[in-house]
Amino acid sequence: CLENTDPRTRGRGIQLLSQVLLQCYSLLQEKEVLHLVLFYENRLQDHHLVIPSVLQGLRALSMCEVLSPGLAVSVLKAIFQEVHVQSLLQLDRHTVYSIITNFMGTREEELKGLGADFTFGFIQVMDGEKDPRNLLVAFQIVHDLITKNYALGPFVEELFEVTSCYFPIDFTPPPNDPHGIQREDLILSLRAVLASTPQFAEFLLPLLIEKMDSDLQSAKLDSLQTLTACCAIYGQKELQEFLPSLWSSLRREVFQTASEKVEAECLAALHALSACLSCSVLSSDTEDLLDSFLSSILQDCRHHLCEPDMKLVWPSAKLLQAAAGASLRTYHRVTRSVLPLLLEQYTKHPQSSQRRTILEMLLGFLELQQKWGHVEEDESTLLSLRAPVCSVVFSALTDPSVQLQLVGTRALTVLGSLQGLLSPSDLELVVDHLIRLALHEEDSQSSEAAMEAAGSLAPIYPKVFSGRMVPRLEEELQSEREGESPRDHRSLRQRCLQALAAVSIHTSIVRETVPVLLQHLRKVHKGSESGNTQDMVSVCQSLHRVALQCQRDTESCWYYHQAVVPCLLAMAVQAAMQESTHPLLGKALLKEEVLAAMVPVISAATTHLSPELAAQSVSHVVPLFLEGEVTFLPQNSFPCSFQPFEDGECLEAQRRLVVLLMAFVCSLPRDVVIPQQERLLRELLVLSCSCNCPFTATTAAKCFAGLVNKHPAGQQLDEILQLAVNRMEPGLAEGPRRTQALTLLLWVRPALDGGAGESQGGRPGADSALPAQVTKALVLRYHPLSSRLTDKLLGLLGDAELGPAAADGFSLLMAESPDVLHKGCHADVRIMFRQRFFTDNVPKLVQGFHGAGPDVKANYLKGLSHVLNHLPKPVLVTELPTLLSLLLEALSCSDRVVQLSTLGCLQPLLLEAPQIMSLHVDTLVTKFLSLTSSPAMAVRIAALRCAHALTSLPTTVLLPYKARVIRALAKPLDDKKRLVRKEAVAARGEW
Amino acid sequence: GPGGGAALENANPLIYRRSGERPVTAREEDDELPDSIDDREIFDLIRSINDPEHPLTLEELNVVEQVRVKVNDAESTVAVEFTPTIPHCSMATLIGLSIKVKLIRSLPERFKLDVHITPGTHASEHAVNKQLADKERVAAALENSHLLEVVNQCLSARS
Repeated sequence: CLENTDPRTRGRGIQLLSQVLLQCYSLLQEKEVLHLVLFYENRLQDHHLVIPSVLQGLRALSMCEVLSPGLAVSVLKAIFQEVHVQSLLQLDRHTVYSIITNFMGTREEELKGLGADFTFGFIQVMDGEKDPRNLLVAFQIVHDLITKNYALGPFVEELFEVTSCYFPIDFTPPPNDPHGIQREDLILSLRAVLASTPQFAEFLLPLLIEKMDSDLQSAKLDSLQTLTACCAIYGQKELQEFLPSLWSSLRREVFQTASEKVEAECLAALHALSACLSCSVLSSDTEDLLDSFLSSILQDCRHHLCEPDMKLVWPSAKLLQAAAGASLRTYHRVTRSVLPLLLEQYTKHPQSSQRRTILEMLLGFLELQQKWGHVEEDESTLLSLRAPVCSVVFSALTDPSVQLQLVGTRALTVLGSLQGLLSPSDLELVVDHLIRLALHEEDSQSSEAAMEAAGSLAPIYPKVFSGRMVPRLEEELQSEREGESPRDHRSLRQRCLQALAAVSIHTSIVRETVPVLLQHLRKVHKGSESGNTQDMVSVCQSLHRVALQCQRDTESCWYYHQAVVPCLLAMAVQAAMQESTHPLLGKALLKEEVLAAMVPVISAATTHLSPELAAQSVSHVVPLFLEGEVTFLPQNSFPCSFQPFEDGECLEAQRRLVVLLMAFVCSLPRDVVIPQQERLLRELLVLSCSCNCPFTATTAAKCFAGLVNKHPAGQQLDEILQLAVNRMEPGLAEGPRRTQALTLLLWVRPALDGGAGESQGGRPGADSALPAQVTKALVLRYHPLSSRLTDKLLGLLGDAELGPAAADGFSLLMAESPDVLHKGCHADVRIMFRQRFFTDNVPKLVQGFHGAGPDVKANYLKGLSHVLNHLPKPVLVTELPTLLSLLLEALSCSDRVVQLSTLGCLQPLLLEAPQIMSLHVDTLVTKFLSLTSSPAMAVRIAALRCAHALTSLPTTVLLPYKARVIRALAKPLDDKKRLVRKEAVAARGEW
Repeated sequence: GPGGGAALENANPLIYRRSGERPVTAREEDDELPDSIDDREIFDLIRSINDPEHPLTLEELNVVEQVRVKVNDAESTVAVEFTPTIPHCSMATLIGLSIKVKLIRSLPERFKLDVHITPGTHASEHAVNKQLADKERVAAALENSHLLEVVNQCLSARS
């Protein structure tokens, strides 16, 4: 067959042999390989129909480990000589590249023995290659030729030509391309070749300069990025000749471009060029070109800095900053010329807007100095200009323009962060300015910026801030000003509190500020002003911020915990006792919002404690609540005993403090042992089911949930859970007297205590709070009981009375609760628990929906809405087909929560899965348009956003609706609410 | 002209700062209270229109200013004056047309629109104003697909 006269038959014979070899090449002996190689080399001269099969065989042989020395070279020579590669089909050309790649991988030394002939041979092989798949391999071969030091000999320019002819890559993969080659792959692999050797520089740089001027943005970007890549391996020698044209091209682009991308790449390239010149090693007789290069930049850009209103001011500043950021040398050279100019310009231009531009440029240069850390004494321009720079910055801080103040504040922060720059007297001035802006500047933006600046400078200069700023803040906080409106006074105090929190960042400062904050809390607590609820909340917010800032440092953390937690507990216990003996005192401290503000303070003070210290603290706090053990509290002489878990009307206020227990005990690290945990759990359970106050009942349920979550698995846990279920189920059970019981309760409760009832919910409310919390604790850990409780909750959706509350319960299950059961409190949270909940329960929700009566259908949709709201969007997209019909139905639901959440789900889906959504375009258009006239503004806005997102569907799908939508969107253009009109304008414009 | 390689008519024009996003007030978030269409709202519609020549907005070039926008919601009238950067600006008609199209697309139909050049700021002020006021001519211009494309480019959001 191999000797048949018909080339087709011969070809088939060789094909068979080659296929066999491809399967078994690893089993061949050296002699067999030799024989086969000689045969195949000889066949290369055969008829062109045979060649593809011959190449396959050679490819198999090229993978043989036992190939004798010399054979690789001989195969390649034969191929170079006999085969005109570019007249072969793509696949066969690919085979040739594979043979070469294989040999380069295993026979590097032999191939190098061929010298530049190998390079030349390869140049001829790839010359004219068109297929992107082959190009990727060919580029890799060239890259290896260069980086592995194969001899290029006289063929450098040819090698450059044969690759650079593809630059810049303009290749768009065909739609449905099965090979998955992206334009970006080709760009990067060609760039790796072009930027692999300085030998290409003399050919490449003119090409890049030419392509930078291209009309195609992609060509510009590719050229700039390639230039940047080259700078990493070039030196001054390669760049020298082209520097003037490179600079003028870069300048032209930055001055003219409309594209931020092009600008950014130009700046990166200039940065790279300057860096390259800065670090080139020069021979002794070469002139250093960095200076002259920078001179030309300065000459072309400097004068634009004097025209702060004109368009070219920022492009010029950015170019200078890009060059200055390249090295310490460039920085000194540029700032020596620019900083004095900017300072002079600042004085010359009196308008705030111009000054702002100039100061922003100055700030850019100051920020560059940060790169090199501290200021070096000998060379720094900045050090010599310290006084004028400071005076410019200080003058900005006193300017009436808020915008200028803001830039000034940022500049101040940068100056302060340069260690050793500011003198002690400068620093005192800095602090005085910051105090003035933080407390007395009318504009809140400016005041906040000053506090932020104080926060970043305080840890650098703790003594100045604790010695100068804290006492001033304390003084302002305590001062009782005459003749000032209470509103002004309150806002001043508010700012003092915020500023105290902002600077509490160093342990020595914290020791000063925490007592001031606690002192103030006591003062507000004692006072009888009407608005002191808000004041107390403000102090708590500041304390919370300090707590977060203390978490980084063990010492601060423990100090804070010891100083704050007992103090808050003591104040609360005392207030609750006073309330027990004199009801209706109405202490602000015991209001739900104040207690709720204390929760994050205690929690943040606890989460980062070391286990030993936490154990020390827990041994005080738990006995306080279970046994009324008050000795560890400061000022612990109380009129009566503290019994939050006891029954009795007068203990209502004490029971509320369980929320503080919750904050503490649910934030402890998981391995801290809680004394009397079982008893505590039982008490909490009883309280949660029996308490009439929804706040306390919910709190107890939450605390129970938080502890159960961290409870080690085992019999004890199962027992306590069984107890919980036993208490819960009768409360929820169906029964003839359920509604009556509720009605009676709703009437009798307020009648008994006579005041306006804060607990309209009564018992059922308390009960339905419990399952949601407990179920959540279990969902997170997949306890066997969890699905039973979830089913219970699902069942309640069909309950006319408790259904809506149960539906809202779903949001609780899916959301990250802020005070217990999240990772910050060391709760045991499985990753993907939402997805799991989704896959387990959404089918049931859907089923329940279809089976439900019309009066409760909305509960299921609402439940589903809550689940979907909290699900990562990628999961949604994959689950879409099963849910879409339900979502579309939900659009017709009259409940606003359902409408909003459904629109919120559909909007990203329109953007991410336009193909699937296209199938329902008719329904979507109709529903969205009808919801744009909803009575609720939020729904109208969401519907318009969806109508906007519809435009991402394919044009052919949209075209039939265009006229109708544009007409319908004319109506919301005249909506009474501005925010709605804004969305309508955006949506209609897009249509 | 726009794009292409021709030299810009005014390469280094004076630029002005963009006003920030209009802050959302509590009143605007209240479902019940109506917000009337005011000068700032109209200005917000047109301030981010791109200049056909520069990579800058009409606001940054001070071609439009809030003080040159007059709206009367009750009477449904809007008047906008715009100021070309130089008196011989060849783009004046195109800019006017872009403003007009943006307002037509974004305002309820009840409004009567008047877009014209700030008096005394352009050599052919009268001719341009006349074109902009001519309904038929504006409609015809928007039938021209090439012109519409240029206008849409001016109205497109910046990348």
